[in-house]
Amino acid sequence: MISLENVTVRVGKFLLENISFSIEQGRHAVLMGKTGTGKTTLLEAVCGLQPILAGRIVLQSRDVTALKPAGRGIGYVPQDGALFPFLSVREHLEFALQIRRWNRSDIEARVSELAALLRLEKLLHRSVRGLSGGESQRVALGRALANHPDTLCLDEPLSALDDETRAEMCEVLGAVRDRTGVTVLHVTHSLSEARTLADKIFVLRDGVINEQAPVG
Amino acid sequence: MDESKRHSKEPKNTGQTSRSDLPFYIGFAMIGSLYVVLILAMLVADASYTSPGHIWASLKSREIQYAIRLSLLSCSLTAILSVWVAIPIGYLMSRRDFRGKALLDAILDIPIVLPPLVIGLSLLILFQTPPGRALQRFFPVTYEIPSVILAQFSVACAFAVRTLRSTFENINPRQEQVALTLGCSRSQAFWRVVLPEARRGIVAATTLAWARSLGEFGPILIFSGATRLRTEVLPTTVFLELSVGNIEAAVSVSLLMVLAAVFVLVVIRVSGAQKSIREMG
Repeated sequence: MISLENVTVRVGKFLLENISFSIEQGRHAVLMGKTGTGKTTLLEAVCGLQPILAGRIVLQSRDVTALKPAGRGIGYVPQDGALFPFLSVREHLEFALQIRRWNRSDIEARVSELAALLRLEKLLHRSVRGLSGGESQRVALGRALANHPDTLCLDEPLSALDDETRAEMCEVLGAVRDRTGVTVLHVTHSLSEARTLADKIFVLRDGVINEQAPVG
Repeated sequence: MDESKRHSKEPKNTGQTSRSDLPFYIGFAMIGSLYVVLILAMLVADASYTSPGHIWASLKSREIQYAIRLSLLSCSLTAILSVWVAIPIGYLMSRRDFRGKALLDAILDIPIVLPPLVIGLSLLILFQTPPGRALQRFFPVTYEIPSVILAQFSVACAFAVRTLRSTFENINPRQEQVALTLGCSRSQAFWRVVLPEARRGIVAATTLAWARSLGEFGPILIFSGATRLRTEVLPTTVFLELSVGNIEAAVSVSLLMVLAAVFVLVVIRVSGAQKSIREMG
């Protein structure tokens, strides 16, 4: 569950005031809006990457407003994937687990599980430098999901992909949500993504957020 | 889209030129070649002024051996110190905005634009102030080996800071943000994500600081003096040998420094660190 209660966030001169919305557990919500309306800022506030001036952020019935990103139980996939160029695909999937000191056998088991879910088995040994756009985003998704987050924050993860790869990734995202039960907040301005994936659609316009009925 | 991807989509000059472009390229090549020819001519002139015998004789001299050892030691220490200081400064300057940043930026560039003699003089005066004198009662600096390292560090560190700042600016900050969400503390994100990616820039900054230190003369002359077998580094040797008219020895030592410079350039190219240096300005 994701709940924002009267959240105010400022980045430089840009200000979003009194933003409130909620997403039930296991739902896929899409946040839409024109460029520069503050979608990414809001997503970053949920992740704890952007401090908020007022309000409350609740994830899984837990007030995380004062928590650092590491303690919020979130997975984050930015637009460009932001993969670590010096690591292999396997090392990406292991990253969060090593930081959290999982034991070796559990790490191995989790990596196999993620590789199967995201169709990454054949890429595990590869460096991320030569991966295609779709492969990179699947690795970024796997890295974000590794530690079983309750909440998945996606910042335009499909915007740089071609139509065919985008459709494939939509399928992967649907499968991820169905199998993991993760709650998804997905920023995009693609109506087709919203149509394919969204249970809920929020539109951010002129600093005001409105819920729309899912399309399609 | 990140910087590297944007650059990779720019059209590259494949070397194929249409006939009408030729005069333009030839004109530019002729102007540029003047400088290349000047560099090569200087090196050839140096080489023709001496002989392997002279170089060998210079290398056997006790004073020059001392200068080589002190140069290697002081340059290496300076390079390590410079990078140690430049990593935090470069990182903070690339990632944080704060009041007075522009002023701090200008201060960090002072050693680059200041005449080397002025840096030496400023260091000398600094260590004659009451705090400087108090320190020197326990730890002598002026005209001692530490003064050589401090003089080299004062200039070389500024170049390391610039190199590393541009290195950190080219690393996508989103990677750190992702690392934070994956469970890293700020410091873990730096050590596990930023630093490994900055390795080429670190190699570039180290070699650049080392090379700058090797060529430093003005501040050392003023702050450390030119005492044989004490504070004599290779540029000091060139100066001392010239001042007594031993031009062959001066040229031999100069050629040694040319070899060191070539070595540094090879290291930079092999490490792929050129980009960080090119983007320094």
